[in-house]
Amino acid sequence: MAGIGGAETTAKKTRWGILNAVVVIYALFPVLWIVSLSFKSKETLADGNFIPRDWTFDNYSNIFATTEFVRALANSIGIALIATAVAVVFGTMAAYAIARLDFPGKSLLVGVSLLIAMFPQVSLVSPLFEIERSLGLFDTWPGLILPYITFALPLAIYTLSAFFREIPWELEKAAKMDGATPGQAFRRVIAPLAAPGVFTTAILVFIFCWNDFLFAISLTSTEKSRTVPVALSFFTGSSQFEDPTGSIAAAAVVITIPIILFVLFFQRRIVAGLTSGAVKG
Amino acid sequence: MAEIVLDKVTKKYPDGALAVQEVDIEIADGEFIILVGPSGCGKSTTLNMIAGLEDITTGELRIGGERVNERAPKDRDIAMVFQSYALYPHMTVRENMAFPLRLAKVDNATVEKKVNDAADILDLGQHLDRKPSNLSGGQRQRVAMGRAIVRSPKAFLMDEPLSNLDAKLRVQMRTSVSRLQKQLGTTMVYVTHDQTEAMTLGDRVVVMRGGAVQQIGAPQYLYDHPANLFVAGFIGSPSMNFVPAGLEDGVLRSPLGDVPLTDRIRRMVEAADAPREVIVGIRPEHFEDSKLVEEHQRGGGHTFTSNVDVLESMGSDKFAYFTLSGEQATSAELAELAADSGTAEAGSGGGVPIVTRISAASGAREGEQAEIWFNADKVQLFDPATGRNLTYSEE
Repeated sequence: MAGIGGAETTAKKTRWGILNAVVVIYALFPVLWIVSLSFKSKETLADGNFIPRDWTFDNYSNIFATTEFVRALANSIGIALIATAVAVVFGTMAAYAIARLDFPGKSLLVGVSLLIAMFPQVSLVSPLFEIERSLGLFDTWPGLILPYITFALPLAIYTLSAFFREIPWELEKAAKMDGATPGQAFRRVIAPLAAPGVFTTAILVFIFCWNDFLFAISLTSTEKSRTVPVALSFFTGSSQFEDPTGSIAAAAVVITIPIILFVLFFQRRIVAGLTSGAVKG
Repeated sequence: MAEIVLDKVTKKYPDGALAVQEVDIEIADGEFIILVGPSGCGKSTTLNMIAGLEDITTGELRIGGERVNERAPKDRDIAMVFQSYALYPHMTVRENMAFPLRLAKVDNATVEKKVNDAADILDLGQHLDRKPSNLSGGQRQRVAMGRAIVRSPKAFLMDEPLSNLDAKLRVQMRTSVSRLQKQLGTTMVYVTHDQTEAMTLGDRVVVMRGGAVQQIGAPQYLYDHPANLFVAGFIGSPSMNFVPAGLEDGVLRSPLGDVPLTDRIRRMVEAADAPREVIVGIRPEHFEDSKLVEEHQRGGGHTFTSNVDVLESMGSDKFAYFTLSGEQATSAELAELAADSGTAEAGSGGGVPIVTRISAASGAREGEQAEIWFNADKVQLFDPATGRNLTYSEE
């Protein structure tokens, strides 16, 4: 490969460059279209121009003026943060045990958690709906946080145990020899080393909760606990004759921003988190 | 500082595997003792049991006269250096070395002083504020030692501390480990699979095989008086030559020729009630080019003539390799040694391989015949079935 590549580098690079550009444009075009829509005024919305002729921030100021969107944004942030925190705390403990200890039923536990991660969520929606209604959890924050934790935990355990496995066990033994209790060894040696892994996992779990639409639309009914992806689908114009496209586009852009920021800043970490188990595990 | 006593210490894993069986070792205060053996012989498990990182199944471990079986590692007051050094990557060298003191809640001024003292001893002064990842292998190794010595423990445990260093550095560090131990006068238990380290470092060496102690003694004693075939083959480099032989009327019939036993050996063999088939062991340095052997010595030995396969000149002397016709010596112990050194396949080319260390003045040439003399009084005889040294004496 390398020998042939040497002569053709430039041609090869150009070909790959063109191919990459095509793929990137194909993938990003809808996103850019939404961004473009969000800056268009009502009158030019359907004019078919990619670059807005009449730039306006009205769509953004409008959505932030409605309680519908602001409340949904607060719900989204709150629910995703709480679910992430709980999943990461429990996931850390479980992953540490899985990586370090040999206990009966360990492989079963890992198997079941993987099964949960693979389980088609849509098949759980109706039973969950019934359960939550009879327990009074329907249309509440805990009503969304609980299923999110259920599905985020396997992801957290899987990612974190890969990180824990990479921390040499001898470090923990060394800490014990240096006079640390098991608690001190975990807090002062293992936890600081696992921090990047915990952080990566937190981002992955947060993105999972943030993006969820299925549970959010099935298990909520009012503004009280609706998250942004659902609120978007309920957007209406101020009158029934008004087209909400501009507002929806603006809201879509707003909720995409955190994800884009996360991915841009922590790209390397996220890739490491997703692949560390695969390559080294 | 304290003495360490292992009293019939046994380690049995839940799956029934016996890692260490009834090990009895008494380590005196301030002694430098080496646990050596091939991989899987239980030496690291033994060390981990002294450290408290593994439970003792049966038997008793006493440090300074007190039973410590049930004590956590932190309550045993011993320090350990790991093969991988196990430095904390998120701490600087200073923090690494201060860690045991911080855990012991020592006040800042004392921590500062002790870390600086240790850094001086180990020549780490200018590296104190660097992270382990920016250090070379040798420096990391010294930091690991520093972390062990700062709190003046009762004993040091070292688990193959030099095996990750390159050959030259290993020799250098070997000397400094030895010097450090003399300087501190602390009891040290050192695990290695390298017989050279075992020979050069320890006051006494414990040779282990399959979880059991084979022999304990000073390095020179083990070299001169191995208790069995395993110790004989393990200690020494190049290792002892083993040749199968029949024993008839005080004469050894072997690929080396018919060698009459000397009176001293004959007496020992008779006392040991030797079988008819034995394995003869001869150290490479007990051979010599027969042209260089003085006339009056010649009578005390025996000569054989063979083709020199390979001749390696080391400057100070020469290693000459021969292959004698005949069957190779076989026993469970020799097979294990061969497997451990990775020569199991290489050595089975038919014939009996012989390594000799002869004088640099020898005129022997590769591919030509040479007459080689060996000292008949230096041969050792082993029982192939049990591995016992038939010529072993407690002198």
